[in-house]
Order: sequence, then structure tokens, then C-alpha cells
Amino acid sequence: MTVKAIEPAVEPRALAKARQRRWFWLEVALVVVCALLLLLVIPAILNAVGQGVRVNQLGRFLALAIAALGIDLIWGYTGLLSLGHGIFFALGGYALAMYLELQAKGGGTPDFFSLYGVTDLPTFWRPFNSLPFTIIAIWLIPTLVAIALGYLVFRNRIRGVYFSILTQAALIVFFNFFNGQQKLINGTNGLKTSTSPIFGVQASAPRAQAIFYALSVVFLVLGYVVCRWLTSGRMGRMLVAIRDDEPRVRFSGYNPTGFKVFVFAVSAALAGIAGALFTVQSGIITPSSSLSTAFSIEMVIWVAVGGRATLVGAIFGTLLVNFARTLLSEQFPAVWLFFQGALFLSVVTILPNGIIGWLRSSGFALGRSLFGRRHPVATYPSLETDPDVEYERQNLRD
Amino acid sequence: MSDKILEIEHLTVSFDGFKAITDLNFSLDFGELRVVIGPNGAGKTTFMDVITGKTKPTEGKVYFKGKDILPYREHEIAQMGIGRKFQTPRVYLKLTPRENLELSCVRHKNVWSVLRGKASSEERHTVNDLLETIGLTSRADIPAELLSHGEKQRLEIGMLVAQSPDLLLIDEPVAGLTDEETEAVGHLLMQLAETHSIMVIEHDMEFVRQIARKVTVLHQGTVLCEGSMDEIQNDPRVIEVYLGKEDEDH
Repeated sequence: MTVKAIEPAVEPRALAKARQRRWFWLEVALVVVCALLLLLVIPAILNAVGQGVRVNQLGRFLALAIAALGIDLIWGYTGLLSLGHGIFFALGGYALAMYLELQAKGGGTPDFFSLYGVTDLPTFWRPFNSLPFTIIAIWLIPTLVAIALGYLVFRNRIRGVYFSILTQAALIVFFNFFNGQQKLINGTNGLKTSTSPIFGVQASAPRAQAIFYALSVVFLVLGYVVCRWLTSGRMGRMLVAIRDDEPRVRFSGYNPTGFKVFVFAVSAALAGIAGALFTVQSGIITPSSSLSTAFSIEMVIWVAVGGRATLVGAIFGTLLVNFARTLLSEQFPAVWLFFQGALFLSVVTILPNGIIGWLRSSGFALGRSLFGRRHPVATYPSLETDPDVEYERQNLRD
Repeated sequence: MSDKILEIEHLTVSFDGFKAITDLNFSLDFGELRVVIGPNGAGKTTFMDVITGKTKPTEGKVYFKGKDILPYREHEIAQMGIGRKFQTPRVYLKLTPRENLELSCVRHKNVWSVLRGKASSEERHTVNDLLETIGLTSRADIPAELLSHGEKQRLEIGMLVAQSPDLLLIDEPVAGLTDEETEAVGHLLMQLAETHSIMVIEHDMEFVRQIARKVTVLHQGTVLCEGSMDEIQNDPRVIEVYLGKEDEDH
């Protein structure tokens, strides 16, 4: 058998650059088109077919997708599996809800306080009378909490499953605090936002809800752009390096702690924004909705279903799982949990890279071969076209 | 400043009572290429762990360029100018060789500069030269997981050089390589030895003969003897603990 020595065809740098630039503009165009569809076309269609209630659901799920982006950033790219992102989600949600509760009484003490005999507004509520303060608090408070928690955890080199357990424990601490402190934040009853005035109308009014929907789309796009920027450049490669071999990173002269605290804080800020947007579209936030362990685990499931380290997968997975849940529990109220379990199991066993991950690796190639196109070269030609390698691949598999 | 790049005094490392290194004294001159050999369990890798800050010793001092480095952590020691290559190639498999090298050659290794970071033309130049030196130019833009074992070994040595350290610690660079690859790595090390101080741990005696000027033999966590390859080979103590086995085979 003659083995031809084929040298790898090295693509000239200039050509590769031009191709990269084409992909970049294609992606920009796609994002703009998707955003416009979500902003203008889809709500109009849903309203036209009498499914207006779905617009609100879509808006809430888009808000959740912002949190999922943050999970993808720290889990998919950096390998930090946080089971406590509900903390940051709730902090953002509560910040906005506190502002709205105060607005409902024109800045006075909200009604529920009188149930517990509290007449003076607790001090930490006062700044939330200001809208600018609230808007900053929505993302800054989760960021600061994440920096404090992250610094302690990462500096002490707590990693892997210990990190996951620790975040979950922190979540339970927050849950117990929010759930138990009726005199401070209405405990288990949570805070409601639907009756408060905002933008000159009630927060539950269609006009306000339309604005919240639009904001969800805008922040999702912004979140995507930020995450895409973070993960595509040198920072992204650094995160992957930390994920794959953290000790090696140290011996290359980097201190991973700073990088991990940084992405953890970014993802916390995203979760905070998501929490605020979700809360105003739901009309209420309670400890059991935002700080339950199940909710934080669900965030991870959305990303796993969509595909880790893909970003698009995080958004897609969130929408898919949540709409599946809504539609299925409307039809068959009892089966949703079984379905969610089955979905997660099948993704882990059959599509470990999630749906988008599968599409990018095998699905794309499958599509090409269906149209009779050649399999794209993944390694280098001298290996791919080596008849011996080809023979082995076809005959010795499993 | 002293003329030694590395000085180790009375080093003892014990893990729960087991002494991996016992009262070890060692020094390395600027610009020296030293090979450390020793049978399995002689404490060679622990020795490197201590120098790079991975393991803290029970007793003893480690001076790098006259400065006590024991209080510092791994990344700080790496920034001072000690680079380490691991026994099994540790490269970032999902990144390409070019990206691997770029990450190593960044000068300011903090969050802010990595965040802003675009490779400067100087860095790009360094990376291209390095790719040339380690012979991976044609493989520069495929994921490193597709490289062969030998290519990964060369890439990791390249990453080490990209850090531009003053002292290279290299753990078994030719483990699992073919004869030609071994020779190529040997040449690469000789080339690097002109501008760096290097300490190599190796098992492969052929390879040691190829590169060694001065050899240190470790045995049971302490220095058994030091000298040129010829002296070492004729030292009865070394023959007894190490090379002796080969003689029995004949």
C-alpha cells in the first residue's frame, strides 16, 4: 500500500482572517434579526392568534435565559458548577420588588409591615426609594456578594463538587434568612410588584409589561454580547485553560483566583438582572420561588440541555425547557417532573454536549453528508486521508 | 547577588512521617544544565514540587537568585522566573498550540490585562518563532488534543520557554518518545541551555549521556553523589543503587 505523504494544507493567515471577519458579521446580523423578531414580530403574531398570554411567558423565559448565560459562562467555560445562583437571582429580584413596594405607598411603609407590628421602615429599605439606586443595586449587590463569596472560596482552592455543595449550602442560608425574616422582608409571603406604579402606570398594565418584555430582549442581547466578547478573546482561552487544567495555569504564572472571582461576579450580575426582569413580569417574588434549591438546579439543567460552552445553547435550552414545562403542565399537570427528569437523563446519556453542542459537532456533519457534501477536515489532511487511519476508523470502531 | 541561581539547604519533606526528602543540599550555577537521576522513589518529583511551591517542606531553605522563595505561591514563583514542565505533557487540550503559547507569553498576568488583551505584534512574533523552534508551525491552529504525544511534549517545552524563565525545571522530557523525537528534544534542550539554567529529571540513560555535563544522583531523598557522567558511572555507590541492576543482567 502506498502512503502518500500529504503535508497539511495550511490556510494563509490573511484568508483565515477574512473568513473570521465574514463569520463575525454573519453572527451580528443573526443576533440583530433574532432580536427584531423577538421585539416586533413574535409578540404581534401571538397577540393576533389570541395567545397574548404567551408573550408574558416568553418575556419571563427570556429573563431566565439571561441567568442561564451566566451559568454557561461559569460552568460551561470555567468549569464552576454553581448550585446557588438563585441567591443572585433573588437579590436582583428583591431589590426591584422593594422599590416597587415602596412606590405602591408613595414612599411610605408597605402594608405588610403592620401585620407584624412594625411601624418604622427598616433602615436598609430607605435607599430603595430611589430608582437610580435600585437600578444600580439590582446588579451591584449580587456582584458584591459573589466577589465576597467567590474570593473566600477560590482563594482557599475549593473546587469541583466541594464548590457546588458550598454554593448550595449558601443558597439554603439565604433561603432561611429571607423565609424567616417577616419583620424585614415579609418572609415566606414574598414581595408583590403588580399593584405598584411604574412609568406612570401600574406595573401589571399591558404598557408596562410591554416595556419589561422589551427590556428582557435588550438585556438578553447585551448579556449575549458581553459573554461572547468575554469568551472569544484571550479571556475566553484563559477560562478554558482554568477549566481544563487549573494547576498548570498556576505554574504558567497566573493566579486563577482573580479570574474565577471575575467570571463568578459577572455571572452573578447577569443573574441579578434576570431576577429583576423576571419578578416584574411575574408580579411577585417569594423565597420559595427564587431561593429554592430546585430552582437553582433547574438553571443548570437548562444549560445542560441546550449545550454547555455554547452560549446560544443556554438561551435555547432555557426557552425549550420552560415552554415544554408550561405546555405539558397545562395538558397533563402530573407528568412534568417525570418529563424533566427524563429530559435531563437523556441529555446526559445521549447528548452529553447538549442540543446545540451536538448540532455543532455531529449534527452539522450529518447535514452535510445528507446533501452529499464531503466531511469537513477536522484534524489535518495527512491524517484524515491516510488510508490506514481510514481503515482503522471504519473497521475497528468499538 | 550570589553566583548560584538555585541553592537548597538542609531540605526535608515528610508526608505523615514518611520522609520523601531527607536533609538535601543542592546548588545550581547560572547557565548550568544539570541532570538529576535516581531510582523510582528517590524524591525527584517531590524535589521539583518544593522548588515550584507546590509542596511546602518540613525543614530547610530554598533560595532562587539569593532570595528565599518558600513563602511564595506557585504563580508568584513562576513569575519570578522558574518554569516547570510536567512528567506527562500538560497542555490545554481544547486550545490550539498558538493559543497555548500565547497564554504563556503574556507579560502581565492579571485579570485586567488579559481582559483587554490582544496579542501585541511583539508577542505574535515570539509565538511564531517558538512554533518554528518546536516544529509545530503546520499544526499551529488545530486543537492541541489532536497532537501526537511527542508534539505535545515539544509544545509544553515551548510554553515553558514562552514564559521566558531564567530557570527551567524539566521532568522526564523524553518519556514515551521515539528515538528520533528523543534526539530532537535533546537538541532543543542543548539550544535552550545556551540562554537558560536548566535542571532535567530523567530516567533514560542514553538521553542523559547525550545532554549531561554534570549529573546529580538522588537516592532515598538525599544527594548520593554529583559529578560528570563518567565519574557517576564509575562511582561504586551509584552502581550499587542504580546502574548495578544493568550489570547483573549481563
